[in-house]
Amino acid sequence: MLKKLLSASSLLLALASTVPAQANTAPDALVRQISVEVIDVARADKAIQAGDTARVLALVESKVMPHVNFEVVTRSAVGPQWRSATPEQRSKLQAEFKTLLVRAYSGALSQVKDQTVEVLKTLPVPGSTQMVVQTEVRGSGEPIKLDYRLDKQSEAWKIIDVNVGGLWLVQNYRSQFATEISKGGIDGLIQTLVERNKSPTKS
Amino acid sequence: MRLRQAWRTPAPRLAALFALAAALALGGCATAPAGGAAPTPASKLDPWENFNRKISTFNEALDDAILKPVATAYRDVVPELVRDGIENVLGNIYDVRSVLNHFLQGKLQSGLEMGMRVLTNTLFGLGGLLDPATEMGLTRRSEDFGQTLGRWGVPDGPYMVVPIFGPSTVRDTFGLILDRETSPAAIPQTDTGRYATFGVEAISLRARILDTTQLLEDVSLDKYTFIRDGYLSRRRDALYDGAPPLEDFGDDWEDEPEAPAAPAAPAAPAAPASAPAPTPK
Repeated sequence: MLKKLLSASSLLLALASTVPAQANTAPDALVRQISVEVIDVARADKAIQAGDTARVLALVESKVMPHVNFEVVTRSAVGPQWRSATPEQRSKLQAEFKTLLVRAYSGALSQVKDQTVEVLKTLPVPGSTQMVVQTEVRGSGEPIKLDYRLDKQSEAWKIIDVNVGGLWLVQNYRSQFATEISKGGIDGLIQTLVERNKSPTKS
Repeated sequence: MRLRQAWRTPAPRLAALFALAAALALGGCATAPAGGAAPTPASKLDPWENFNRKISTFNEALDDAILKPVATAYRDVVPELVRDGIENVLGNIYDVRSVLNHFLQGKLQSGLEMGMRVLTNTLFGLGGLLDPATEMGLTRRSEDFGQTLGRWGVPDGPYMVVPIFGPSTVRDTFGLILDRETSPAAIPQTDTGRYATFGVEAISLRARILDTTQLLEDVSLDKYTFIRDGYLSRRRDALYDGAPPLEDFGDDWEDEPEAPAAPAAPAAPAAPASAPAPTPK
């Protein structure tokens, strides 16, 4: 009985992960697909469990990044000053912030041990075209909230922020960004990000 | 039974310590310079930033000197099975506080579920050493007194950093004092026992979050701000049981459409000049 259940569920998982990321995938289906792919790989990969950051980065790069809109992400964290940034500054900001966020998300991911992800509700964000897909990472301790905020861009849903345990990761950089911009302008912020990304990770 | 009796036994010394800590932090507001000079736009949420940063620095020094090394050694030396057991026993006692707070907030269903959880783990989990309840689907949903006060309509008040305990708000600090009265450290009959239990609580918690705090170091531009903003939004999230009302995130800073290029530019006009400062979360 248990065996049957297990094989049925692994079949389902296999199916879910082979479904190509179609343009018209619903936001909750997209989140489910990403969760299954990423968490399952992370859980099964001994190198990731052992803290191989390069492996985690590669996984996030290949499975998550294609579904993230980094322009919106960066713009959201920078705030109104985005409008005064030159195209060159914008692309630099985007590249550096991406490195930082991938590091943050990967760091969180490498702490995944025996957890499973449950996709809960999908809610519209009032006054916008955005949707929030709520999920919960369940393991031995208290479940951890892991929500995704998505927006539809040219027919495809793209992730624009992730909520880990109650805090929106991108939003949480806003006041830090604002402080840096007030101190040294956009270039000052870029410089701080570059330095932050250069500093060795001790973990 | 013995547990329940213990709840009523106040821990005067510890309570006094926490009251002192709170008073210290509160007293700081009088001496801290007025908000005008605060460097971040979030000064409304954190009018005592200068003083809070000092307490933060103190807490970090304390952590670097004592708590972190001890917790790291504890993690490296004590087998995971034992650490899990200690965490479960402590968690089972915290769960009693959660039961109380679920009921105080009028959440009967989840209160009963958490009550069942405590009973299950106490009776069938060797007094809380094991956690069979989670496997039975009785998931832990923690509630503390700060959340209960929030539910009752008490506003957060300014952000404050409490010595030893870290991020808090004025409301949560009052909650913290009650939390400590219902903590494992309130159970022992002697002062030595209380301090020892508090030590175990601190080391067990610190060991569990070693990786997380390292990650924070690695990815924050300003750790103080990152932790403050994170704390405030997590508390708001917890107050709404993980589902705070969604509002416009104010992240639309696209260029204003100069020419009437696209028919009815999508979201840009819909984004009002919402304050660039993070909304109080």
